Amino acid sequence: MRIVYLDNNATTAVAPEVLDAMVPFLRDLWGNPSSMHTFGGQVRKHIDRARQQVARFIGAEEDEIIFTGCGTESDNTAIMAALKADPHRRHIVTTRVEHPAVLNLCQRLEKEGHQVTWLSVNAQGMLDLDEVRRSISERTGVVSVMYANNETGVIFPVEEIGKIARAAGCFFHVDAVQAGGKIPLNMRRSAIDYLALSGHKLHAPKGVGVLYIRKGTKFSPLIIGGHQEMGRRGGTENVASIIGCGAACELAGRRMEEENVRVKELRDRLERALLEKSPDARLNGHPEMRLLNTSNISFEYVEGESILLRINELGICASSGSACTSGSLEPSHVLRAMGVPYTAAHGSVRFSLSRYTTEEEIDFVIERLPPIIEDLRAISPFGRKTT
Amino acid sequence: MWNYTEKVMEHFLHPRNVGEIEDADAVGEVGNMACGDALKLYLKLDEGKRIADAKFQTFGCASAIASASALTELIKGKTLEEAEKVTNDDIATYLGGLPKEKMHCSVMGQEALEAAITSYRGGKPAPQDEGRIVCTCFGVTDTKIARVVREHELTTPEQVTNYCKAGGGCGGCVEEIQAIIDEVWRKESEKKARAGYPMATPMTNIQKIQLIQETIEKEIKPALRADGGDIELIDVIGNRVQVAFRGGCAECPASGVTIAAVVEKKLREFVSPEITVQEVKDENRVSR
Repeated sequence: MRIVYLDNNATTAVAPEVLDAMVPFLRDLWGNPSSMHTFGGQVRKHIDRARQQVARFIGAEEDEIIFTGCGTESDNTAIMAALKADPHRRHIVTTRVEHPAVLNLCQRLEKEGHQVTWLSVNAQGMLDLDEVRRSISERTGVVSVMYANNETGVIFPVEEIGKIARAAGCFFHVDAVQAGGKIPLNMRRSAIDYLALSGHKLHAPKGVGVLYIRKGTKFSPLIIGGHQEMGRRGGTENVASIIGCGAACELAGRRMEEENVRVKELRDRLERALLEKSPDARLNGHPEMRLLNTSNISFEYVEGESILLRINELGICASSGSACTSGSLEPSHVLRAMGVPYTAAHGSVRFSLSRYTTEEEIDFVIERLPPIIEDLRAISPFGRKTT
Repeated sequence: MWNYTEKVMEHFLHPRNVGEIEDADAVGEVGNMACGDALKLYLKLDEGKRIADAKFQTFGCASAIASASALTELIKGKTLEEAEKVTNDDIATYLGGLPKEKMHCSVMGQEALEAAITSYRGGKPAPQDEGRIVCTCFGVTDTKIARVVREHELTTPEQVTNYCKAGGGCGGCVEEIQAIIDEVWRKESEKKARAGYPMATPMTNIQKIQLIQETIEKEIKPALRADGGDIELIDVIGNRVQVAFRGGCAECPASGVTIAAVVEKKLREFVSPEITVQEVKDENRVSR
């Protein structure tokens, strides 16, 4: 069956160029970069090159970049390092719509005695900068805000928040896992102290994350071990994935601008058609301040898991903020924080496109999805029947 | 990704008996959209009071739709009395099993059926709607929690969440759910002990006498007093229980036969099957 993959905020395909760059390190150059002998030691310069590729991609210096195991590890490392740097500041400012990598860590820290301010969002998923200003004080140790939301794609004004954090003298961490490869990043002109990226969200393989640490920022490692990553992250390097991450960043840097235009066109076409063809459908998130690959639509009176499993039969891959898909009983915390009614949250579907999405695939979804919604509504005891 | 059986997927993709019955004899509705699932069940009976047709409408996930479809297939052709015996486990079994987190979907089917039958009989709300709301996120009462705990022999709040959703929202009521579980099993074990089930450890004499006293107080005295009589426990010798009747019972010439037999039956039920009851008259009573 043909797969129509519209779940790129979950993970992305490894780009063929990335795979090509990786294969030698799985097949021939499998040595340990820390080894004294040439066979292993020669790998070191390839890791250095990957670091250079990542640094260029986000406008940073090479020694400001460490490779980690995943985006979650990068987020955890940054927040813990920031809190350790100034232990008297036991206050954290973050948002109610963070990814679990930040959300659950901050909840844990709250239980352990830190004070946490959970910033609210409005109906369109946007932060209130006045609330940000009011929340940050000289007691705040770290402000941690995502660049773009994984569920709705809503983009936060991180540079403005960064200025507020800097003025208060606290560290500013940005979870840019969803922004990487979609929004140009330049750390040279930024108020960000720590920034997390994940390889597999930008066409590198899983198992590699990036943490940017601004030069001069106090740091302590989360994973204690050998001297790898300049003593900032113990553990033998995941060489092939790191090489892949470097290649993926270089590729994204080269192609992002041009791809963004095309991806946005396709996303808008999908979104327009689905909202038009399905009555009682609504867009979740700010219509403009949003990642151009993401569309989160609620179909009232039907339940998200049912939609996903029906389109799954056609090979269409998407995700949902419904309770049933998560294994929990509550719908998405992001949609709830936005005040999306439960009824709409249960029927939400997220489509996320990539550079590999084609026009034909989008048209296929436009053709096949609305009848499925109609069908499920015909089974539903609620709402107006379209047939 | 849920590990649904082929049967679940088959019933989800091709649900049987979808729709409304305009002149339905019974309608049962449970759940609501905010909770994430809801089921409306319509029943049509034939002249022999058998379920001639059953249809449903569901808002919910794949297992909710499949459970409703399975339910209608299971009850068609049954009388209401027969249909009443269909449990959520029957629905789950029919579907080749459900993921444990999805058992509440089959419970919803059973509840819709109960609601329909109750409404047909002219009815009051189903018992699970009574009681005090414990889980405010999903509006689940203590009565309903106690019921799923008993029926499915649940021992943890997590299992309760799987069966009726309670505790699956903010999690604020988890401790209370644990307390209900503990209470249910405490009562059940007491009931078993009283019903003469073999206990884990044999009763001591003191425990046995206390239980006999308690049974007489709670199970026997109220009935005798209603008729102007009374009873007093005189002695317990092994499994031989000596009692004396007072008031109306004492004058009753038949007491030795009938009342002692009733008392014996009760004590055998609640204390031990070995119990024999002997009536002692006041004159040959040992002075105390």
